[in-house]
Amino acid sequence: MLITCPYCGARDAHEFTYLGDAELIDRPDPAGPEAEAAFHAHVYLRDNPAGPHRELWYHGSGCRQWLTVTRDTRTHAIASVVAAARPEVAR
Amino acid sequence: MSRLAQGGLIDRAKPLQFTFDGKRYSGFAGDTLASALIANDVRLVARSFKYHRPRGIVTAGSEEPNALVELRDGARREPNSRATTAELYDGLTAESQNRWPSLAFDAMAVNQLFAPFFGAAFYYKTFMWPKAAWEKLYEPMIRRAAGLGRASELPDPDHYDKVQAHCDLLVIGAGPAGLAAALTAGRAGARVILVDEDFRLGGRLNTENVEIDGSAGLDFVAATEAELRALPNLRVLTRTTAFGVYDDTYAALERVADHLAEPAPYQPRQRLWRINARRAVLAAGALDRPIVFGGNDRPGVMLAAAMETYVSRFAAAPASRLAVFANNDAAWGSAFAAHDAGVTVSALIDTRADVSPVLAAKAKARGLRVVLGGRICDAHGKALTAIDIVAGGRTERLAVDGLAMSGGFSPNLQLTCHHNGKPVWNDDIAAFVPGTPPPGMSVAGAANGSYDLGDCLREGAARAVGALADLGIAATALTVATATLNGTAVSAFWHVAEARTKAFVDFQNDVCASDIVLAEKEGFRSVEHLKRYTTLGMATDQGKLSNMPGLAIMAAITGKSIPETGTTVFRPPYTPVAIGALAGHHRGKDFRPTRLTPLHGWAREQGAVFIEAGPWLRAQYFPRGAEKTWDQAVNREVRAVREGVGLIDVSTFGKIDLRGRDVGAFLDRVYINTFSTLAVGKTRYGLMLREDGFVMDDGTTARLAPDRWVMTTTTANAAKVFQHLEFCAQVLWPELDVQLTSVSEQWAQVAIAGPRARDVLARVIDDPATIDNGAFPYMSAMETRVMGGVRARVFRLSFAGDLGFEIAVPARQGEALARALMQAGAEFDITPYGLETLGVMRIEKGHVTTNELNGQTTALDLGFGKMAKKGDFIGKVMAGRPGLVDPDRPRLAGFKPVDPNDRLRAGAHFIAVGAAATTENDLGWMTSTTWSPTFGHALGLGFVKGGTARIGERLRAVDPLRGGDVLVEVCNPVFFDPEGVRLRG
Amino acid sequence: MRYSLLNVVVNGLTGNRFAKPAWRDPAPKPAYDVIIVGGGGHGLATAYYLAKVHGIRNVAVLEKGYIGSGNAGRNTTIIRSNYLLPGNEPFYEWSMKLWEGLEQDLNYNVMVSQRGIVNLYHSDAQRDAYARRGNAMRLAGVDAELLDRATLKAMIPFLDYDNARFPIHGGLMQRRAGTARHDAVVWGYARAADALGVDIIQNCEVTGFSRAADGRVTGVETTRGAIAGGKIGLAVAGSTSRLGKMLGLRLPIESVPLQAFVSEGLKPLIPGVITFGMGHFYISQSDKGGLVFGGDIDAYNSYAQRGNLPVVEDVCEGGMALMPMIGRLRMLRQWAGLCDMTMDGSPIIDTGPYPGLYLNTGWNYGGFKATPASGWCFAHTIATDAPHAFNAEMRLDRFRTGRLIDEKGAGATPVLH
Repeated sequence: MLITCPYCGARDAHEFTYLGDAELIDRPDPAGPEAEAAFHAHVYLRDNPAGPHRELWYHGSGCRQWLTVTRDTRTHAIASVVAAARPEVAR
Repeated sequence: MSRLAQGGLIDRAKPLQFTFDGKRYSGFAGDTLASALIANDVRLVARSFKYHRPRGIVTAGSEEPNALVELRDGARREPNSRATTAELYDGLTAESQNRWPSLAFDAMAVNQLFAPFFGAAFYYKTFMWPKAAWEKLYEPMIRRAAGLGRASELPDPDHYDKVQAHCDLLVIGAGPAGLAAALTAGRAGARVILVDEDFRLGGRLNTENVEIDGSAGLDFVAATEAELRALPNLRVLTRTTAFGVYDDTYAALERVADHLAEPAPYQPRQRLWRINARRAVLAAGALDRPIVFGGNDRPGVMLAAAMETYVSRFAAAPASRLAVFANNDAAWGSAFAAHDAGVTVSALIDTRADVSPVLAAKAKARGLRVVLGGRICDAHGKALTAIDIVAGGRTERLAVDGLAMSGGFSPNLQLTCHHNGKPVWNDDIAAFVPGTPPPGMSVAGAANGSYDLGDCLREGAARAVGALADLGIAATALTVATATLNGTAVSAFWHVAEARTKAFVDFQNDVCASDIVLAEKEGFRSVEHLKRYTTLGMATDQGKLSNMPGLAIMAAITGKSIPETGTTVFRPPYTPVAIGALAGHHRGKDFRPTRLTPLHGWAREQGAVFIEAGPWLRAQYFPRGAEKTWDQAVNREVRAVREGVGLIDVSTFGKIDLRGRDVGAFLDRVYINTFSTLAVGKTRYGLMLREDGFVMDDGTTARLAPDRWVMTTTTANAAKVFQHLEFCAQVLWPELDVQLTSVSEQWAQVAIAGPRARDVLARVIDDPATIDNGAFPYMSAMETRVMGGVRARVFRLSFAGDLGFEIAVPARQGEALARALMQAGAEFDITPYGLETLGVMRIEKGHVTTNELNGQTTALDLGFGKMAKKGDFIGKVMAGRPGLVDPDRPRLAGFKPVDPNDRLRAGAHFIAVGAAATTENDLGWMTSTTWSPTFGHALGLGFVKGGTARIGERLRAVDPLRGGDVLVEVCNPVFFDPEGVRLRG
Repeated sequence: MRYSLLNVVVNGLTGNRFAKPAWRDPAPKPAYDVIIVGGGGHGLATAYYLAKVHGIRNVAVLEKGYIGSGNAGRNTTIIRSNYLLPGNEPFYEWSMKLWEGLEQDLNYNVMVSQRGIVNLYHSDAQRDAYARRGNAMRLAGVDAELLDRATLKAMIPFLDYDNARFPIHGGLMQRRAGTARHDAVVWGYARAADALGVDIIQNCEVTGFSRAADGRVTGVETTRGAIAGGKIGLAVAGSTSRLGKMLGLRLPIESVPLQAFVSEGLKPLIPGVITFGMGHFYISQSDKGGLVFGGDIDAYNSYAQRGNLPVVEDVCEGGMALMPMIGRLRMLRQWAGLCDMTMDGSPIIDTGPYPGLYLNTGWNYGGFKATPASGWCFAHTIATDAPHAFNAEMRLDRFRTGRLIDEKGAGATPVLH
């Protein structure tokens, strides 16, 4: 599987480490109401779709950037690869 | 001798000697083992799996189900090698397999007598009585009888190579379609790789007597090959099988040296190609299929296409009196080729009532006897002697010693299925053709169901043009004006219902038509159930020959069409691949890289005994003089540290530089304790949780400047922690000004510990005044210079629990530092120590390490509950869940044997005195133990319900695995210097 | 029709003319007391034990393809009960006990073969972790032995002990572990359940659920029509999230491919099951002679039921490192199962989370060995509306309460389990 890193170009997937669903980007507010329920959902519950899946990969053997990859879990076809940081808060 | 006097692509000037079952034979260069055996009149070459029926050569390719032999001998013995693909070399040795005592007389053939009871899946219905007998009696018997060849049981002496390649177009198969595709793409300047499993390019052109644009097929091959090999942008790989299509990657196996007695020095036996091809054209051809009739497995019965190959390409006649049994035009061509080569063709039996007048005329011109609308119901003889022909309501016995059968062709579409593509049925050619191939792949020629030679050439060229157009490369299709037009008509015919004897569908696994009938009766109608219940298609050819007739018979029984009955799904590999080739160089010591610390050479000088610690090789201990056992060395090293001074290489720790305005705030969020308040020049112990509330790692982080920090992690978690921190910095809190750099490999780090540690360091550091106790107290850190100007980072820390310093220098200075410290410490008898001693001292000091930080423990479990700050940090919320704060969770405590002579063992479980040793009474377990030279008895760390609240209590440490049951006393986990006086001294 | 020696002989003599379907092929009835979704080993075993142990025979097993088409037919057939944690060990040991009597119970030879399993260790720390586990097994009354290097070498001489990157120090052995014939387990349970009246309905895919106003799950919609059920049990492994989505459920599960491999047939070579954790490799040899081996998962979510080349290479590297004699033996076939990985690596057998609904999922890469106990416990949970002691900790709410069953300590990252 090739992942086209936005910084490094197309690289074999073995250069990357997979973490999981990209919802891990959105850490709940620990001071918010129902924080425990929110963290339970954040840490443990997943849509686990059969189809397009936004997921986190780390380019550890390359640029060390965390990437959000949109990949179809039925075909492994990759639709997009972008930096994982939320653009609105990224420096 | 069945070697024809002339013809064939063999080099009669190069005779080669070989042996089969110990008997000497001779063949020629260009032969396969199979063709050479045929040329030597060897017909019986194997026995079948279940009934041990005598078997001969059926095919001329990698799909061979019968002619499997043990090739070579000694450590190079290769069981299950196909005689049909093994290239002959001088001195080749082969033995038949799965027979006893000999191939000609195989005692296991007695199984045939029980065949009525040994139908499909009989073993699921029996061997159950009495209960114990399955494992004691039946199964060992079955295991001995089962299996095919024998493994050498010796380490494979050969090497295997791997290569990564990139191309615009990968062409799989070098028959007419593949050659046309490669030539078209090569001329267009595209980067092309052409692979073929054969050792000659040409595919069917090596066998069939055809013309392309007026010249002979073989001349076309020669001219094309010459042009291809001259193109710098095109690579030709023969003896190379594309066996799997993975995401964006094609896998191919090149048999570099299998045609030699053994590989040349430094040459690999085989090479695995991982090919990133932007586009691929599959031109893998098609395979002839057997027809199911009685005795169709007898030696002497082979596929018509194979027969033609042996006659035309190898000049080896498989029979002296041959019959041909077919349902299609192509087999007539095979019959003509045999006749034209001088083989007597006694009858040409076609199931069809009519054939084209062209064919009929050609047969007539050769004087061949043709039986239309006929069938062969049974074949006879241990090796074929006669056949029964059914035609026009009567049966006729005909004496022949060879039968070429052809049930039509199946496209080699296996690779199109590797991304779950389902083949689709084409009634016109009575075969499955490719459905949706993997992305970027197109299919040409016979693999696509296009059997006509001209079509193959044109389709190959057109696919190449199309594929390159996708990539923006303009190409002009190879043009072919004329190509020999042979008939391709076929009329589906699978199974001769009149068969009176066993009719085989899967030759190797002995699956008969009757087994399919039984499976259907018992409800195993789904194709997958049929396969699994009868083992149809599970042999080493993976159903290449058997799937179609099996499916057709099931369709006929159930009254459904073939596509309604199911399709066959192919998975990688296309043909079996040596495990060694997939492993490549990763074996023995080279299985995984070995990481050496910057001080490795120094440790070796010091006589270290090294031990594998994850990816690292680390010094375990440094034996001296007359020490006979490792514990003598370790006890000496411990005493040296406790009483004088020792040094240890701690370069394996993860080291991370953190820079930026917000590092303090960042660390507050990733550690459970506060770091933002840490003063410059200080270091602090920190504990890091995962977001699920369990401990991830621990270590110290020092502040070297207001915006420059350096963190250490455990050796084991270095990569994991760095990745985690990058996630936190890049993704969770990108608003924080934090930059991370892993500097684990940039800094060598040495710890010196013991009462004289400062004295030693003082002689190495450029400014000794900076390390006196007032200026540089416990938990201080600084950037400084040592050894006359060498940059260094010095930390006042000790894992050993004594006065200690850790000194980091640029990696290339590591050994110099160690030597300088050794020299400086000589008068204090400075002692290098290893991992074992560190392990003893950290237990004495109650420091937790991997055994305690095993991913299952919480800060509370480890006694760090009070470290947690009020504010947020990773893992805080989840760590508050009731299951994680349950007072009944085992907590860290120390343990010592009540009888100081008792030994403690990690892995023992704690049970209350007087209670039974059961799961219900399990109070916890011992994680780490040592014999402490400092205390003169054993010490242990472990987790026990109640933890340190049980201090003073006696428990049993039970170890039923090793027969241990020791009375222990629960203690404070910090045995040594619990007040930390020595650390601060 | 009871299978017996006589039966085999009579059928042989009569050319199998009187052979009968191993199970019926019934059309679905409008309603059942219990509907089990998923005709794998777990679903079929559940139906069997519902009928046999609890007398609930008005049961349907719905299978979208053919029975055994999922992981039941794609695993490496290992059975063992060498678990560490008290939430797991009694359950798997109960499974082992059921395996030990399964042939007689089902009247079907599922070829349980207790040739033993050895988990190799290569360091003191690994030995200590195995000692903890082995002792936990012994406390639970399960057989376990810690073998040192010499004993192991005498038992399995062909491993690379001396020239290895990770020299072998010893192993944890469970002699009662071994293998069973995976397809036969499916067929044996199906046949036995059918004989007790269970309807096994193949080619019947669940497309939705019917719910009462109070949220109770009351039935399923299928490609063969709506079917009402008093209780609905899901035993669909890697497809749990897909069905859960129809019910508005998000679950602590990710679906991940696990590849497995078989070699060409060979004369007996490898006695039992050998696992080489350090090299991500394990191997056994089937009765038919093929070496059955595997290793790490492909570490990404996937429903494609296929894996990729790097893991193939990684597994074979492990094989060559462990036993360099296999270099010239050939990998014949590879395939991939769809693993329902949970966030702590342990399964879920529970009531709810809605009335009328029961969950059996989260088998990670180890569901085959659990088949009998999973069915037995799920049947108990469905019949009595409460878990049995064996599955008491395998609750869905453990992720909320923090009472996790994390054998490896890998945390909430399923690809690390």
